[in-house]
Amino acid sequence: MIPSFPGFGLGLRKPHYADFLDHRIAVDFLEVISENFMIDGGRPRRILRDIRARYPVALHGVSMSIGSADGLDQAYLIRLRALVDDIEPLFVSDHLSWSRIEEFSSHDLLPLPYTQEAFDIVSANIDRAQNALGRAMLIENPSTYIDFAPADMTEWQFIDALCARTGCGLLLDVNNVFVSASNHGFDPIAYLNAVPHDRVRQIHLAGHSQGDHLLIDTHDRTVPPSVWQLYAHVLPKLGPVATMIERDDAIPPLLDLLTELGTARRIAAGKLEEAA
Amino acid sequence: MSLLALQRDMRDWLMREDGAAADRIGATAAPGLAVYQNNYRTQLVACLESSFQRTRAWIGEDMFLHAAVHHIDNVPPSSWTLDAYGRDFPATLARLHAADPEIAEIAGIELALEDLFIAADSSAVGLDGLGDLDWDRAVLTFAPSINLLHLNTNGFVIWSALVDQKEPPAPQYLDRPDVALLWRQGEQCRIRTIDDAELQALLKLRCGMTFGALCRDVALLLGEEAGMTLVGRWLGSWLSDHMVVAIDDRVQAAARCSSHLQL
Repeated sequence: MIPSFPGFGLGLRKPHYADFLDHRIAVDFLEVISENFMIDGGRPRRILRDIRARYPVALHGVSMSIGSADGLDQAYLIRLRALVDDIEPLFVSDHLSWSRIEEFSSHDLLPLPYTQEAFDIVSANIDRAQNALGRAMLIENPSTYIDFAPADMTEWQFIDALCARTGCGLLLDVNNVFVSASNHGFDPIAYLNAVPHDRVRQIHLAGHSQGDHLLIDTHDRTVPPSVWQLYAHVLPKLGPVATMIERDDAIPPLLDLLTELGTARRIAAGKLEEAA
Repeated sequence: MSLLALQRDMRDWLMREDGAAADRIGATAAPGLAVYQNNYRTQLVACLESSFQRTRAWIGEDMFLHAAVHHIDNVPPSSWTLDAYGRDFPATLARLHAADPEIAEIAGIELALEDLFIAADSSAVGLDGLGDLDWDRAVLTFAPSINLLHLNTNGFVIWSALVDQKEPPAPQYLDRPDVALLWRQGEQCRIRTIDDAELQALLKLRCGMTFGALCRDVALLLGEEAGMTLVGRWLGSWLSDHMVVAIDDRVQAAARCSSHLQL
């Protein structure tokens, strides 16, 4: 089992590098995008080492493509393993999605059908990745804009079975649950009640936008009340768990993100006290 | 439908908005497919805009967007890293703007600098102990990140003006092709143009010629005194610019390089 880390963190983004390096910022951990640092050398890698010397770091990937029907990219795994060995992260995570097939890499988190065939492929890919990395991973539930029917299982059943089969943990993105529930018409509470609570090691909180027909997972605004409510609902079922604000666009001043993180801390303290 | 067939259909939809592939994915999927199509193209355009800012400033927003769309339509991304997506963009620009070759050269400079920024780290040799070396037998090893770019236009001067936010000169062909030398000094990316003599010296040393043999080569061309002065000046700048990562005076020199090397 992946050890728990009951802290509060932020995604590390370029505009805040100097803040985190020059000051002791009140976060318990930082999450970085793995691919930004899977490079040979230079300033980005040095900055990550300096950050790691000051804060625990989680590696969050976007390009492993664990849902690829033609398997994983060995060169990718080798580079990620080198980064893992260098940084010794709290967690290594990626998404329940795919982005690459047969020499084509979309650089987007594309949806999977929740079929038995897809389950077998994703399970085999996670096994291979975990072997290559020498550690268990966290898999994040995605925001999706297509619902493939017919499916053999729901997304939460798929995730539950994946955790049981591969020993991976769950990075529960509460915003993604809300977005997908809205787009596909399922009950987000039922989803949160059904995921394997004992496997959740990290939570993402983020904002989204209304598109023409669908909610879009834009990560460019504050966490909305609907997502805070879901966080408050699920937290007592999880106990203390690493929680972070994920912001990828329209990056505000660090103080704004720390204020949002303070809201997460207050909700967690209240809910966990109630549950005790 | 198998997962592989579904993923091929999604790929075909993203790459060329293949209507038949979209139909096979499902009649209700249209709004979602539009979102993924938009994400795919927006991200690739943003990647090119970020990697080629000076090129974009030089040719303007509309022409750049046209080139980016053409590139996305013809060169689908294949690497796990977006950093690699711009690798063929200078070639696309060269095809689209054959009559304006400075455009591809400016893009080539930006691409080389981006690669340099994340190249492997290396430690430059210090100045201590250099006097004790047997320079006649010395073989120099240069930082692996060093790159050389062939330029037929004043693209480097235009790029420099754009970086300095000065009025760039009009594009023109050079009387003689130029070479830009790119290297990293610590974390700082550096670039300067070099003449053919320094280029030849670098190429010969990089393929294993001893420093002594280089000195003799240059002395044959320029005479003893002028040759030694020039080679000494090159060596001083290579060392002070942190381009040299090892000097070994105990190894057997490699086979003699050809007298004139190509980039």
